[in-house]
Amino acid sequence: MVEWTEQERSIINGIFANLDYDDVGAKALCRCLIVYPWTQRYFGAFGNLYNAEAIKTNPNIAAHGVKILHGLDRAVKNMDNIKATYAELSVLHSEKLHVDPDNFKLLSDCLTIVIAARLGSSFTPETQAAWQKFLAVVVSALGRQYH
Amino acid sequence: MTSLTAKDKATVKAFWAQVSGRAEDIGKDALGRMLIVYPQTKTYFAHWKDLGPNSAPVKKHGMTVMGGVADAVTKIDDLTAGLLSLSELHAFTLRIDPQNFKILAHNILVVLAIMFPTEFTPEVHVCMDKFLAALARALAEKYR
Repeated sequence: MVEWTEQERSIINGIFANLDYDDVGAKALCRCLIVYPWTQRYFGAFGNLYNAEAIKTNPNIAAHGVKILHGLDRAVKNMDNIKATYAELSVLHSEKLHVDPDNFKLLSDCLTIVIAARLGSSFTPETQAAWQKFLAVVVSALGRQYH
Repeated sequence: MTSLTAKDKATVKAFWAQVSGRAEDIGKDALGRMLIVYPQTKTYFAHWKDLGPNSAPVKKHGMTVMGGVADAVTKIDDLTAGLLSLSELHAFTLRIDPQNFKILAHNILVVLAIMFPTEFTPEVHVCMDKFLAALARALAEKYR
């Protein structure tokens, strides 16, 4: 089981309590599709992804980014048992969506960059450490049920 | 891994021109951050007493590293040749595991996002990520 300090819990809860899901979710997924273009392979049905402008103005991508970000809420509410919390979602990503789990890290890196840009200097090294630890646990849990 | 297109190089040079004035701050913050967020990187600096982000050796070294990045921008058309002596230094003297180049690159990108939230667009991000990866490859040239 993952050990969280009081400070780490407080940092994670604080970030999510003040999160602009519509903005951050959309931006994080867009950035991922632009910075790591091979991730577009999962979004063939989402419309025009021809270039960065198209991706940034694509409403399907924006909506999906928000959906993904809300998916993290479960982990925030169950920080002491993220692995079990995501078992079903892990199966979904493996069996139905067929997403290569390496992609989870790519999206999580883009989310970190977007959060850093939003929080500015309050994204201190300690905040970054807690945030990245949280995302690493989520990424690991999401990849757990693949076989 | 893909090489840098003419457009990538132009984007990197243009963005660097905008941010180079704060190169020292970028370097100090990125290195300081790396030592905290990725504690295993501290193993390379056991000879410094203080590894906090405000310590003098950390700040100085952050500036040195960023100076290397600035130099690499000027040699972007042939990083392998341009960074030859730095590669030899890292291969034979420093012997830093190349995985750490990725870690530092990530922290540089985080600092760029913090300091330049508007300018560090996804388009700039992808070019900088490619550039830092190419830089890392050039640094690892002489390893084996």
